[in-house]
Amino acid sequence: MMPEELTELAHKEQTDAQQWQHQIHVCTATGCLSAQSDQVYTALTREVRDRGMDKTCRVKGVGCLGLCSAGPLVQVNPAGTLYQHVQVDDVPELVQSLKHSPVERLVCSTDIPFFQQQVKIVLANAGNIDPERIEEYLAVDGYQGLLQAVTEMTPSEVISEVIHSGLRGRGGAGYPTGLKWTTVAKADSHQKYVICNADEGDPGAFMDRNILESDPHCIIEGMAIAGYAVGATQGYIYVRSEYPLAIKRLRNALRRAERLGVIGNNIFESAFRFQIDVRLGAGAFVCGEETALIASIEGRRGNPRPRPPYPAEAGLWGQPTLINNVETLANIPAILRNGGGWFATIGSSQSTGTKVFALTGKVNHGGLIEVPMGMSLRSIVFDIGGGIPNELAFKAMQTGGPSGGCIPETHLDMPTEYETLNQIGSIMGSGGIIIMDETSSMVDVARFYMEFCQDESCGKCVPCRVGTAQLATLLTKIAEGMATPEDLILLEELCDVVKHTSLCGLGQSAPNPVLSTLRFFRHEYLAHIRQ
Amino acid sequence: MSRLSQQVVTLKIDGRDVGARSNETILEVAHENDINIPSLCSVEGLSVVGSCRLCLVEVRGTSELVSACSTYVREGMDIVTHSERLSHYRQTILSLFFSERNHLCAVCVSNNHCELQGQAQALGLSHVEVAYRYPQLPVDASHERFVIDHNRCILCTRCVRVCDEIERAHTWDVAGRGVQALVITDLNEPWGSSETCTSCGKCVQVCPTGALFEKGKAVAEMSRRRRFLPYLAKTKEKSS
Ligand SMILES: Cc1cc2nc3c(=O)[nH]c(=O)nc-3n(C[C@H](O)[C@H](O)[C@H](O)COP(=O)(O)O)c2cc1C
Ligand code: SF4
Repeated sequence: MMPEELTELAHKEQTDAQQWQHQIHVCTATGCLSAQSDQVYTALTREVRDRGMDKTCRVKGVGCLGLCSAGPLVQVNPAGTLYQHVQVDDVPELVQSLKHSPVERLVCSTDIPFFQQQVKIVLANAGNIDPERIEEYLAVDGYQGLLQAVTEMTPSEVISEVIHSGLRGRGGAGYPTGLKWTTVAKADSHQKYVICNADEGDPGAFMDRNILESDPHCIIEGMAIAGYAVGATQGYIYVRSEYPLAIKRLRNALRRAERLGVIGNNIFESAFRFQIDVRLGAGAFVCGEETALIASIEGRRGNPRPRPPYPAEAGLWGQPTLINNVETLANIPAILRNGGGWFATIGSSQSTGTKVFALTGKVNHGGLIEVPMGMSLRSIVFDIGGGIPNELAFKAMQTGGPSGGCIPETHLDMPTEYETLNQIGSIMGSGGIIIMDETSSMVDVARFYMEFCQDESCGKCVPCRVGTAQLATLLTKIAEGMATPEDLILLEELCDVVKHTSLCGLGQSAPNPVLSTLRFFRHEYLAHIRQ
Repeated sequence: MSRLSQQVVTLKIDGRDVGARSNETILEVAHENDINIPSLCSVEGLSVVGSCRLCLVEVRGTSELVSACSTYVREGMDIVTHSERLSHYRQTILSLFFSERNHLCAVCVSNNHCELQGQAQALGLSHVEVAYRYPQLPVDASHERFVIDHNRCILCTRCVRVCDEIERAHTWDVAGRGVQALVITDLNEPWGSSETCTSCGKCVQVCPTGALFEKGKAVAEMSRRRRFLPYLAKTKEKSS
């Protein structure tokens, strides 16, 4: 495809969009779908047609509108009126109201911090475009980043932009993305690979799923840019099979992108070629670990192996491999379009850009949020999240899932940054946040995560395989009030051994929830111990 | 890589200066120099898995421990193979092994020939602090000459590797995750009805504990022959 064609298609779509007097956006991501938003979508389409309004009003399925806890969500544009908990019965009234004023009883105010304090880069298109139509992605400057990279920049210039942006891996550890790209680019091989890690397995996390469901093309574009930068011609997206809708939309998007020629051979009439295939994970949490993921793509049992060599040096089939998280890659098109310098002005100096979080638990406004890095944790809970329901007191904020920790009230004024979260015994993690109120028991929380790690341990190395099982047994003993002070000492000793001797990140971080609850809520453990 | 593999490096192990090639692992270099680093999963001639974690060593100047079997030596490395911290970790790891299944040495065919038992003695493990898990695990005696007793298996995967990499039969593999993991034959069928097993017995020879043994052996009678392995591995390298 020629560069001009891309611009033409985008223009056409933009002009077409202006014809509509009203566009009714219905969230069709998994969150709202689970509340039957598909039925609302069908009813709206029928109602609009039956009233003969289908020439002026379009009903459109879109990705995540954010406030998942109030689903099904429907937004009427261009007015921007957001409706919550919309049921099929509400549909006639809703369509009727297009000619008058909004249906007050269903309106969800967008004048609240939940909407006002978010900054959207990764989720910019979520809720605005129909993820099933590539034209809509083109209309919002989609594939312009790739066009720019391939036709105007050298691979090392692309990498420079990414370095300049300060972007760090969103898969959990926050490794500098530009540095990782450089390593793979410098590796000497005729065959290299790019892998998108979409195996999202932390309990309570659904950031990557919603990105894939809401805007699959931004991942495809991000991967193609990465491929161009590091010299790879083949990409794989490794998605867990528990995400059927994300997989369907991704496959559909890939077909459209191939047909349009934005991936495939001679992209934008250049010598660059890049192909992407989807690979499905079978539900093992450990397969999100990069070396296990690679083994799984190779058709072997998904067990991690010792690093080095890192995948950047010897990854898929022994070749240099770039592996990045979904959200990391979703930032790339915007960085290419607007420049690394632009990205670096958002967020804080060591943690630039935004972070997508799946905010759940005991908060008034739960859902998928994107906030600038550096925002205080308190703001996330009390402004964005709108505080704790039922007039109960806040107790802890869990970040980083089974590899993270619980942050108490006293540390809520910390900024959301990789380093600060590490200092207070948690991690940024991939973006799951669970808010707990005064009724939650911290010992139970620690036990829940340890049992999760015990179940998900691949069983290869003994500290994790048996250590997590022993720790889970000890935590059960404590929770049931059967433990002695010696058991508590043993618990801490074992945590230290498992953390420092396990082979991969799963085992190495499995003790974190215990260690962090011991650090901030030791009294809860002591209250359970038999003296 | 080939250019690098020719490099000769010098490093320190436990304060001693030693010379090595850069494509050798810390464990190999230590053994060449008669420095003992404990390990259970590694066997000369088989691929490295780094799973028993006993060979973890300290590298001065870094905070993380590295497994000696999977880490290549580098110029100027300063390695500590024995310290209070390491011996505490190794003892705990051994206790975890002992607590996992049912290691009743007194009635085991491998008593006094067992590597797990040997490591416990060498590392001075006097008691197991964590709770014994006592799982109910099967014994498969369906093979005409050999037996697998899962109660004594430590999942080192030596059998899996020797069968795949040397005998090229790939009869053994691992099924299940975490503490539920078990070595299996074929698609988890009785060993005796395995269609891929050649009955060569290599798995039995490499097993470090009493998990795999020959029928007819009584308590403490099962000793192993392993010398053949490095030789077979070399022949395999040449032919492939
Ligand atoms: C047990 C375990 C599970 C992981 N799961 C995921 C995951 O689901 N998604 C992900 O992107 N990274 C996951 N990671 C991190 C990956 O190994 C890897 O660091 C990441 O994909 C790199 O991408 P990034 O640099 O863009 O963050 C996991 C790591 C461990 C140890
Ligand atoms: S730490 Fe756990 S998950 Fe990782 S290799 Fe060891 S047993 Fe497997």
